[in-house]
Amino acid sequence: MTVVEQKLLGLNGDEAVAYAIKQVNPDVVAAYPITPQTIIVERFSEYVADGEVETEFIAVESEHSALSTCIGAEAAGGRAFTCTAANGLALMWEMTYIAASLRLPIVMAVVNRALSAPINIHNDHSDSMGARDSGWIQLYCENSQEAYDTAIQAWRIGEHPEVQLPVMICLDGFILSHTLENVLTLPDEVVREFIGERSFPRVQGHLGEAEFRLDPEHPITMGPLDLYDFYFEHKRPQVEAMKRALPVIEEVGREYGRISGRTYSLLHPYRLEDAEIAVVGLGSTMGTARVVVDRLRSRGVKAGLLRVRAFRPFPAHEILKALSHVEAVGVLDRCASFGALGGPLFMEVRNAFYDSAERPIISDYIYGLGGRDMSMEMLEEVFKSLEEDRRAGRPLELVRYIGLRE
Amino acid sequence: MTGQKSAPGWRELPHGAVPYKSSREYKTGDWGVLKPKIDFGRCTKCTLCHFYCPEGAIRMRGDGYPEVDYDFCKGCGICAAECPVKCIEMVRRG
Repeated sequence: MTVVEQKLLGLNGDEAVAYAIKQVNPDVVAAYPITPQTIIVERFSEYVADGEVETEFIAVESEHSALSTCIGAEAAGGRAFTCTAANGLALMWEMTYIAASLRLPIVMAVVNRALSAPINIHNDHSDSMGARDSGWIQLYCENSQEAYDTAIQAWRIGEHPEVQLPVMICLDGFILSHTLENVLTLPDEVVREFIGERSFPRVQGHLGEAEFRLDPEHPITMGPLDLYDFYFEHKRPQVEAMKRALPVIEEVGREYGRISGRTYSLLHPYRLEDAEIAVVGLGSTMGTARVVVDRLRSRGVKAGLLRVRAFRPFPAHEILKALSHVEAVGVLDRCASFGALGGPLFMEVRNAFYDSAERPIISDYIYGLGGRDMSMEMLEEVFKSLEEDRRAGRPLELVRYIGLRE
Repeated sequence: MTGQKSAPGWRELPHGAVPYKSSREYKTGDWGVLKPKIDFGRCTKCTLCHFYCPEGAIRMRGDGYPEVDYDFCKGCGICAAECPVKCIEMVRRG
């Protein structure tokens, strides 16, 4: 397969997702508008009104209903998409676990926004981070191009026979959702060919073997009462499916690269090979950090970065390989985990190194809550403190707050 | 249901927690402490016990008398409470 010719469009992050989903042409889209996700719903409903998709668009009365509708549609064998943000995701809470535990490969865009209270519409990762144990795959996007590309790959990842899990595409509210960027888009038929048809695992139902979907001709039961005699055995395969998603995310990212010229993986390192100090983080901040790394490199500082694209499943082994040689690592968390040792990403990264003989100094930097900007100057400050940690041979502070007025 | 040790391990179970057996094989009758005992001498074949049974565990026989399926009767006692001639007694399961 060779890289296909692509059309360059000016799209913001939300429009990029909506455009990708238009090309995917799912059976059902059920969504409730909430800032900063609204543009996805608006654009998509225009595609429906203009007859550009065959999708059944269901305008629901809440996010709980949006995800419930997607669960029903996917259980019936369809492809379903939804999108939300912050309090909308919080209202979906119950259904996020049900979607994942029923093993329904729904695709949902979460346009990351701070949770209330106090009410705030701007970006941080507190919404999707709260859902990190719900059993959804979580992929964090750096720019609008990646949001478009991920909204296509997500179907292949979630629906993979070895995975069968829902996928959350996380993109930073406003920073990506409302910022116009150049986005290369694939031809419709290439997208359709790439995603193919949804396939169904064969299951042993109560009336014999059947496809895993609700079909009156070959009935199965989904979501039965499951008590202490079976529930535990039904949770364990979810753990396994997440592990199997790791190579699938890489495999799909490579295959996508062959047609688009843009290859995706679990982790995206930058100038890390000989780095002495590095930052690890998610989403759009890592684009800013790349410029800062270049700036520091030009001054002779051996700085690097590691962008984590897949937070769930967490690529612990790959992180270990990527960072073992680095002397001081700063984890950037756009989310506070109240009462915990540090932010969610910090806890995962630091934990990954517990059994390793080669352990960098690892500290946490909580930043950007409620949309507080993370400037290049702030990132330089982060690297400066990492350099101090490196010289001291220990983290001078385990958790630091960047851009916070003292 | 089968004991935890004899039931299949997590690798053997169908994908997505799909039940591989019909609920017919799930003998819920062993949940009960009491079971109904019908005195056919006084039974008037009114069928109320059949219609009130929340489990559908009381069927009407060809001769018009009710018959309890103890595999599924949970011993709730609704039949005994509703019986207009009080010919159903709840007794301890042996």
